[in-house]
Amino acid sequence: MKTYSVLEKVLATERFAVTSECGPPRGAVPEKIKQKAELLRGYVDAVNVTDNQTAVVRMSSLSACILLKQLGLNPILQMVTRDRNRLAMQSDILGAYAHSINTMLCLSGDHPCFGDHPSAANVYDLDSIQLIQTVRKMRDEGKFQGGDDIENPPKMFIGAAANPFADPFELRVARLAKKMKAGADFIQTQCIYNLDKFELWMQGVRDRGLHEKVAILAGVTPMKSAGMAKYMKNRVPGMDVPDEVVKRLSGVPKEKQPEEGITMCVETIERLKEVEGVRGFHIMAIEWEEKVPEIVERAGLLPRPKV
Amino acid sequence: MITAESKPIDEIIEYIRPYRRIILAGCNECVTVCSAGGRKEVGILSSALQMAFMKSGRNLEVKEITLERQCDPEYVEELAPIMDQAEAVVSMACGCGVQEVARRFKHTPVFPAVNTKFMGASERQGVWAERCQGCGECVLAVTGGICPIARCSKRLLNGPCGGSTNGKCEINPETDCAWQLIWDRLKALGLEDRYEEIMEAKDWRTSRDGGPRRIIKEDLA
Amino acid sequence: MEHFEPVIVAFCCHYCAYTAADMAGSMRLTYPPNVKIIRVPCTGKVDTLHILRALQKGADGVFVAGCLEGDCHFKTGNIRAARHVKQAQKVLDEIGIGGERVEMITMSAGMGGGFARTALEFTEKIRALGPNPIKNVVEKQVRAAAGS
Repeated sequence: MKTYSVLEKVLATERFAVTSECGPPRGAVPEKIKQKAELLRGYVDAVNVTDNQTAVVRMSSLSACILLKQLGLNPILQMVTRDRNRLAMQSDILGAYAHSINTMLCLSGDHPCFGDHPSAANVYDLDSIQLIQTVRKMRDEGKFQGGDDIENPPKMFIGAAANPFADPFELRVARLAKKMKAGADFIQTQCIYNLDKFELWMQGVRDRGLHEKVAILAGVTPMKSAGMAKYMKNRVPGMDVPDEVVKRLSGVPKEKQPEEGITMCVETIERLKEVEGVRGFHIMAIEWEEKVPEIVERAGLLPRPKV
Repeated sequence: MITAESKPIDEIIEYIRPYRRIILAGCNECVTVCSAGGRKEVGILSSALQMAFMKSGRNLEVKEITLERQCDPEYVEELAPIMDQAEAVVSMACGCGVQEVARRFKHTPVFPAVNTKFMGASERQGVWAERCQGCGECVLAVTGGICPIARCSKRLLNGPCGGSTNGKCEINPETDCAWQLIWDRLKALGLEDRYEEIMEAKDWRTSRDGGPRRIIKEDLA
Repeated sequence: MEHFEPVIVAFCCHYCAYTAADMAGSMRLTYPPNVKIIRVPCTGKVDTLHILRALQKGADGVFVAGCLEGDCHFKTGNIRAARHVKQAQKVLDEIGIGGERVEMITMSAGMGGGFARTALEFTEKIRALGPNPIKNVVEKQVRAAAGS
């Protein structure tokens, strides 16, 4: 084991790992994080806490991770390079580890123009790959990015994101290779609706043996409605929602659409289980966290292993 | 070149409201090329300002002059003989020029008439786009001649991000994804393998982050 | 109230509008004497600056008359002129003089009647708008220059 991360241990058991996501509130309201977390207890191995997602100010990922840790859950610290320079990021990583947070996800982050403070200066001192390198250097060499020694270096289990559906497609396997080379231990993908395209990407991944070097967790998100499907299809960059998905949801009366969405999500997980190289699932049920237990259960992913 | 765009006229009028005699100084270089502050723009702004003042019953004397550049003291000096004709200077040059005029003429208020934007190139007549951020350590040799610092919205050195769509940036469908451009160029040059080489964290000291910069050329200074 | 006779400056291209104005003359069509014609080889030569200067010196309205779309003797001069007119209108709106005092008009060389009508309509439009708001100061400047 490289770290004390529960996620690392679960992956080592060769069983499917399950992670989910928690978005912190837009205020100093710890109860909201706690409520969301309780919904997930026992159903997932670790919980991502997003970092000012979509460039909208929320309670910091680090503080929310600490709350989750205090509740006995396993948080995954998401860190974007948009808002912090390398000093602040390394500083937060030390702080996180001091609170026994040992798993993190390195991302570039959505551009501020999408969020509530479009006038903000973007930092982007490092990009996601350079951040992965930095965290690995801290863990494996015990050194800061600048070269000085770290006292009690943080042993972080390092994650990164992958989007098989963004353009250009021909680069998406090479991009994964780059993240692996930089030091990524695990990957969470963008939510998958186009299984054919995902399988094509996975073929490319397997051809290079990357699936054995990084643990790939396939992302899934249940659709709440046909409207949501259409929105994600047309208005969200880097998202691939095939027509059949929209059609299937539209073909069902409005009150039944959420249920259909959950069913489709479970079916997706079942199909993904058959894809060689998929080591687990990352269930992103944004503002619908209460459905995660049902999805996990129906997809036959219970009980979660005790490690 | 350095590109600029004219400021709203009412902003300029506010700057010069207390004055009756101004020098309106254009620049024959960058701002001429991007039609923001050359001789013609000086004429147009002069006419507009005079009419605006006349409309409120006041007179405004404008001495129009277009200097070769405003970023070299030798050319700025050409304003010296006419400074007594003015209570203020409105400079249509980029920020560099405005500051050099202000530096030379400490006792005369100097106002900018344009908003300096970026270092860029012409895409076609009337259209200029950002190309260079002056990071101080050029990486164009390894990125196929396309700069990720100036042209990637997130200045990623190991892009693209997950928002690249159809070769365009997620923030604006008219903005090219720099990394798509870089990838296309690497392919055209047969250098696909270079893509997987990780570009290390940048030393931003050579950029503005290291403090205001200077170049001293030993053989000249 | 004093009777207001607008001063109109008309930039007319040699190939179409000026010829049309000439034809109006030979057809003995009357058009208001308010319209002062300036012949240019092509309206593409008329810059934003020329339009603004005309108003700055006291004109109440300016129109730029060129060839019909596609017929410009120099291919795209009339299109350039239209852009300059638009730019002038924008500046005039920003300073409160009003872009409606400037217009781009197109016609063919044979439209003698068209020219006369344009001249009349534009003059009346400007008459209704009233004098150029800077008129008072212009007159003072002219008087001062004449007196000194």
